[in-house]
Amino acid sequence: MSWSQRPLRSRLVVVLVGFGSLALASALLAPLVGSTHVSLARALDRSIPFADNPDAQIFFLSRLPRVLTAMVVGAALTTAGVVLQAMFRNPLAAPETLGVSAGAALGAILAIVLGFTASVGPFSPVPAASLGGALAAAVAVYLLASAPRRPLSTTVLLLAGVTLNALISAVILFVQYLSDFTQSFRALRWMVGDLDVGGYVPILAALPLVAVAFGLAARIAAPLNLLTLGGDLAASRGVHVEQTHRVAFLTAALATSAAVSLAGPVAFVGIVVPHLVRLIVGVDNRLVLPASALFGAAFLVGCDLIARTIMPPIEIPVGIITAVIGGPFFLWLLVRNA
Amino acid sequence: MCGLLRAADLSFAYGAAPVLRDISLEVSRGAFVGVLGPNGCGKSTLLKLMAGIVPPQGGSLLFDGEPVSRIPRRRLARRVAIVPQETHPAFDYSVLEMVLMGRHPHLGAFAFEGPADVVAAHDALAATGTAHLATRSYMTLSGGEKQRVIIASALAQAPDLLLLDEPTASLDLGHQLGLAALLRDLNAARAVTLVLATHDLNLAASVCSRLVLLRQGRVLAQGPTAEVLTPANVQALYDVDADVTFHPGAGHLMVTPLRRHGAQA
Repeated sequence: MSWSQRPLRSRLVVVLVGFGSLALASALLAPLVGSTHVSLARALDRSIPFADNPDAQIFFLSRLPRVLTAMVVGAALTTAGVVLQAMFRNPLAAPETLGVSAGAALGAILAIVLGFTASVGPFSPVPAASLGGALAAAVAVYLLASAPRRPLSTTVLLLAGVTLNALISAVILFVQYLSDFTQSFRALRWMVGDLDVGGYVPILAALPLVAVAFGLAARIAAPLNLLTLGGDLAASRGVHVEQTHRVAFLTAALATSAAVSLAGPVAFVGIVVPHLVRLIVGVDNRLVLPASALFGAAFLVGCDLIARTIMPPIEIPVGIITAVIGGPFFLWLLVRNA
Repeated sequence: MCGLLRAADLSFAYGAAPVLRDISLEVSRGAFVGVLGPNGCGKSTLLKLMAGIVPPQGGSLLFDGEPVSRIPRRRLARRVAIVPQETHPAFDYSVLEMVLMGRHPHLGAFAFEGPADVVAAHDALAATGTAHLATRSYMTLSGGEKQRVIIASALAQAPDLLLLDEPTASLDLGHQLGLAALLRDLNAARAVTLVLATHDLNLAASVCSRLVLLRQGRVLAQGPTAEVLTPANVQALYDVDADVTFHPGAGHLMVTPLRRHGAQA
């Protein structure tokens, strides 16, 4: 029996077990690799006091937070990508499309340039400012697209997002131009995308947003399938088209905001991973969403592993690796679709 | 026979441009009604209103005695299905997946199909002669195959009322006749009430028991096919002189367009 003929439940089990194992393996194995080799057995050995166990210290204090960040960011960006691609009926839509990433970047850069960089307790201002920027951009795009007495327009949503992106990029360049060298360099580091968040607190802060986004995505997975056939047909099959558009926008905005405020705008993950996943599991969003989230998590961990180890002792930002892998893949897709 | 769908003084406009004005009509249970008229006469909009895709702006539209705009979307979708002119999915679904999506209004909260839904999908594929295409990619099908698969997905919805918008527009002659036979069979054997919007007069003459003629958003004439399909009405609809005669070989009226009205013979 061919894959698409099998009952959905059994396909979902295969997807969860397969991609789940991949994500779990990446979470356990990636922290072992790096400039110092770490033994998983020693790191998990409770009989050695933590203070005397360098394996455990490196594993839990340095590398695991970074790997978990990669997983949260990878899963969130791919979820946003899948949802937007279905909503815009365009396989090339990406989390950046909404203008949310640009808003996050502006927030972060303003915090850096204005000198709000010192942490207050466990809370650091740069992620908070970028989250604020992301949500403000999302609200702006949403308001532009929902004029009174008219259904939410996905066309306006798309164009407003793209326009806002360009507009904010110009503002960012202007702010950078006015700032001094050190600030400018910090801003640049942020914009390339970096998973070194320095602990568990930023991850825990982002988790509620990501969890809500995943929950919403699960609810609209089936309606999203119907939306890709066209709004009228979806409506005639019982889908609340406008409501689904609103939930889809909220899902993508929350997931992108959380991911970008945590790690900066990591490029191309939201396009590359959903496409790879569709080649494996088919195009049904009830499978593509969980598979992409799990594979996105593992993919970003893998990219970060390369980023950490390719030029020792320098750890290059993960955004460079994802762009180097994602860029050519994106071009290949364009050529293949044309 | 009683009215399954009843419109009274129905009107609709896109912005300031009126599309439908004072439409009153009735579709009886088990009927096969054709909606005829030139391009832009409001046929597609009338079907969208009937399917609950857009709400009426004036007058009333009742389905089984209830205003269509007040029936919850999912409940309406279990009883009314529409086949659009063309369906272009943005992603590469298999034929079986396309047909299973017709089951959507019948699924529970997490929208997982059960064995009964798969049976309904295969049944719909068989009824439309597309069972052999089940594993194919929808995008790779021919126009005629696609149209049959979309009809199958609408049948999987298990509707009492099936609305078809120009289903033969992109089909060749053989597929047009095949589709006409399929629709007749659905109407007779499955007791599905059908509303067919088309500008193909001969298709309508071959399958529809009643006709509604639309011109510039208004009802020009309606009634049994034999009474409504006249040279005078064809001229009023399309500004064309036509010969309308019963064709004994085909077993129904045939419209032969002769010349544009007023042109020299």
